[in-house]
Amino acid sequence: MELLHYILLGFLVVCAISVSLSKNLLNSILIYMSYSLIMSIIWILLESPDLAITEAAVGAGITSVLFFLTLKKIHAMMKSDDDEEGEEKDE
Amino acid sequence: MSKKIPEEQYRKTRSYRLRQWLDGTKDPFLDTVEMKPQKEFQEEKHVIESRKEEKKKLYERIYDMEHNAEVRTFHKIYQIFSVVFCVVLILTLLVAVSNLPTIGQPDNPVNNEVAARYIENGLQETGAVNIVTGMILDYRAFDTLGESHVLFIATCTVLILLRNDKKKGKNGVESAEENDRIYEPKNDIILQTVARFLVPLIFIFGIYIILGGHLGPGGGFSGGAVIGAGLILYLNAFGFAKTERFFTAKTYKKISFCALACYCLAKSYSFYTGANHIESVIPLGTPGAILSSGLILLLNICVGCVVAGTMYTFYVMFRKGGY
Repeated sequence: MELLHYILLGFLVVCAISVSLSKNLLNSILIYMSYSLIMSIIWILLESPDLAITEAAVGAGITSVLFFLTLKKIHAMMKSDDDEEGEEKDE
Repeated sequence: MSKKIPEEQYRKTRSYRLRQWLDGTKDPFLDTVEMKPQKEFQEEKHVIESRKEEKKKLYERIYDMEHNAEVRTFHKIYQIFSVVFCVVLILTLLVAVSNLPTIGQPDNPVNNEVAARYIENGLQETGAVNIVTGMILDYRAFDTLGESHVLFIATCTVLILLRNDKKKGKNGVESAEENDRIYEPKNDIILQTVARFLVPLIFIFGIYIILGGHLGPGGGFSGGAVIGAGLILYLNAFGFAKTERFFTAKTYKKISFCALACYCLAKSYSFYTGANHIESVIPLGTPGAILSSGLILLLNICVGCVVAGTMYTFYVMFRKGGY
């Protein structure tokens, strides 16, 4: 159990660093989602299931959905969107 | 009475010429005024080139790092300050962490009589098996009331920031809806089939979390977030036409107003009785039963309604700025 704890904490640190280092915004959000999921597992291991449920629902679910929507709004979702973006700017 | 004048004399008068001009039979300026057809404006080549060169020179001067002293010094100062700021922040945090009491000491400030009382008398005083819920919705219910209001205020702020203003004319709203229609995946069979199975399950799970908040892990906030996520999935699968049958801005306003008012009333009652040392009428019930622990179940439902509506409204506002 101790070992699992350390592995999860290591994952947490790796996720936190790679969110800020990733150049693609979509990847950052996905990594952030996995960060939240790992965090919720850690909450369960720390014997606070209340927080785990909230973390899974809010952190991994709704926050990332809102992030995705924002990315879609600012046309940063995919690389193929770049062409369309240029056209819209011309208009 | 006007005098009738002969034809030849009439032709010389101004009114005859004006009439001719109005009829278009004769233009008085034609052949009398010198006229030239307009030429299309064309910039000469050397003018264009000189303009482009000037622009290029300007760009070079602005972005010339080697010779622009101002930019260079700014960059240097920026780099130095960012490093200094990072180091200071790291040092402050490390010092703060090193001054924290070690985990597990019995004389830590965390281990005071408050936590002990929560653990020892929590079940007796609140009737909730789950101590966390008892704490959140009974001992510290005022905090939770503030939290629900913060959520409501956050929705209001998002509404102010992202709303499609109707004063701008119908164009704004319509174009936003058209834009939204482009992004919406129409009749995605995989998504719809999965949603048909999952949405009821998600709803039931969320309701279970809300209703079982005082018996096991869960509570209003997490259950409401789960139900909100279910609503968002339903909206994504079937579109606005179906969700607006049962959930519009009006419904959201009514639900959140009723829930917040209900919470306020219920909690005011218990604050009043508690402050005046009056016995509360609401029985605590047997611990472990679904209808137990006084007001906690009602408060959980209220918080859950507010949170679910808020999450869904956030999504809709982010997506198209209005129901």
